[in-house]
Amino acid sequence: MEAVALPELSRVAVCGGTHGNELSGVYLVRERLKRREDGTEPVSVVTVMSNPRATQLCVRYIETDLNRCFTRAALSAPISETSPYEMIRSQELNALLGPKGSAQAVDLLCDLHNTTANMGLCLISYSDRDWICLHICKHLQREMASAPVRYVHFDIPLNEAYSLDSVGKHGFAMEIGPQPHGVVRSAIFSAMQEGVQLMLDWICQFNSGTLFEGGSVDVYTMVKNVDYPRDPETHTITAAVHPHLQDRDFCLLHPGDPMFLSFSGETLRYKGKEALYPFFINEGAYYEKGVALSLARKRRVEIPSVRSETLR
Amino acid sequence: MPCDTSPYVSKGLLCLVQLHSVRRLEGKQLEDGRKQLYCIFAFKITMELVFLPALARMAVSGGTHGNELSGVYVVQEMERQRKEKGESAWPISVTTVLSNPRAVKECRRYTDTDMNRCFNSATLSLPITDSSPYEIRRAQELNSLLGPKGSTAAIDLICDLHNTTSKMGLTLIHYTTSDWVTLHICKYLQTKITKVPVRVLVLDVPISDAYSLESVSKHGFSIEVGPQPNGVVRADIYIVMKEAVDLTIDWIHKFNSGMVFEGGDVEAFKFIKSVDYPRDPDTQSLTAAIHPQLQDRDFCLLKKGDPLFLSFSGETVKYEEEEPLHPYFINEAAYYEKKIAFHLGKKMLLTIPSVQVQKD
Repeated sequence: MEAVALPELSRVAVCGGTHGNELSGVYLVRERLKRREDGTEPVSVVTVMSNPRATQLCVRYIETDLNRCFTRAALSAPISETSPYEMIRSQELNALLGPKGSAQAVDLLCDLHNTTANMGLCLISYSDRDWICLHICKHLQREMASAPVRYVHFDIPLNEAYSLDSVGKHGFAMEIGPQPHGVVRSAIFSAMQEGVQLMLDWICQFNSGTLFEGGSVDVYTMVKNVDYPRDPETHTITAAVHPHLQDRDFCLLHPGDPMFLSFSGETLRYKGKEALYPFFINEGAYYEKGVALSLARKRRVEIPSVRSETLR
Repeated sequence: MPCDTSPYVSKGLLCLVQLHSVRRLEGKQLEDGRKQLYCIFAFKITMELVFLPALARMAVSGGTHGNELSGVYVVQEMERQRKEKGESAWPISVTTVLSNPRAVKECRRYTDTDMNRCFNSATLSLPITDSSPYEIRRAQELNSLLGPKGSTAAIDLICDLHNTTSKMGLTLIHYTTSDWVTLHICKYLQTKITKVPVRVLVLDVPISDAYSLESVSKHGFSIEVGPQPNGVVRADIYIVMKEAVDLTIDWIHKFNSGMVFEGGDVEAFKFIKSVDYPRDPDTQSLTAAIHPQLQDRDFCLLKKGDPLFLSFSGETVKYEEEEPLHPYFINEAAYYEKKIAFHLGKKMLLTIPSVQVQKD
């Protein structure tokens, strides 16, 4: 492939505390704000605590999940004093870092998250052909020793994209686990700090005119979610993720493999026809969303060499 | 001279006397050429056998903290078993209780106040009004149902189920060091459960000050299993907890049926003090996390100079005390708001007598 010239990324946002109990991002944002880390030329970095009220109470959200409030519909809904706090806040963030889809939006938005699932470091994006995001992923994969790095893709058009990272021209969630909600684990915090620093280093180099060689990146594209077995009347769960599946995010799940172990001791197996890659296995926040795990297809994506457009 | 070997029998006590060792000593030369010999017999008075009343009724409580899910689902499963098999589901009478249903519904630790701090005598006798916190009201309901605490009507044993984000394996928590029933159950669980380490924690507080649910019954302890995130149920953790409950019921049944449980020493950790995180003096926000070399090392021995915390800007904070102690509840999520990064405990050996059920 020929090298692709892309506009430089002059404004970058690093957001944490989008979910108030995902603490690595909360403390990373606090640390950056304390040190007034505004980035150095040629990139300016704005650091934002996305959901300060939820962070204060150390809960995921106050009234509604902030990271589902960035669809076109939610961003243009009329707001009043009685609107849910997170609906008001998402529109504030859209004004600050967007508007989504416009030329004024930040060039790149990195939103920091933690998961109780054993996912290592994942960059989660709505695109599988955003060369900037894919190159950043490749850079982290090459340079990070402390955690496996993977690229997860949700195939959703921009208007329906519901999360904060969709506000930037380029964007992704940087998701790191496993870490319990309401806990900060030092090694997880360090991995996130390293991931953010490597991302900013790449952007600096990119903006300075470095050519980044193309290659390939494995992309996991979300196919479907699987819920827990539930009691038909009470809707309470009747099984937990099976011990053979627990903590085995991104290990190929074959038809017939154990998925759940009921509380009375029966094994329930994966009944799908296609072998798929599970992730977000046993994420604490997803019980209420009816998701025990997500399943993805993996494919190798070829990426071109890239360099920033020079206006010289 | 050997000592009197006749057994010492008293009301309710039987002393077992065993020959421990014999030493021969040479004495003086006698006139007829023989040598006098002395034998020193040492006798060990081993474990007394203590007779205790049968345990007629026990309770298993889950969801005392609504987001500690293994206990919630153990109780759910036991209720399903009761529906299926009736009262013969277990060989003894077992009451199952969902302690804090409102907190369970919302999957939160508590709604107004931590219920597992509401069972000291003072709180249990507070007058209830419309504005009373939900958990205080509920604690008094549970005290009526399973107590009253300190009375002869109280249920014989409460086994309260908890999870922790700390890597504590299976830990059995007591507010007293002298309850031989619960310490025997611990000893039994330690021999039967091999998947995870089984440890005993003691607080040693007078019963009126004991603030947790299991202090309502005549004998009580908490079963704490970790690590498990709040709001998550892990199959491996659930299985350990269920096994601990089943073995507890098993022990009680065997005890009630007349089996003698031999005494001995039980290793336990006694609470000494807590240590908080380093915090920003203005905002009270944490400035450091548990050091990677301490994280997940519950019950290790912490010595002077060992790392405790790693600040978010990269500095190490070390343990400065002279006395080596054992940390536990390392990085428990619910304790951030209680200003506890971990507890420190001292290892001790509790000697328990052999026990057998009292025959009426």
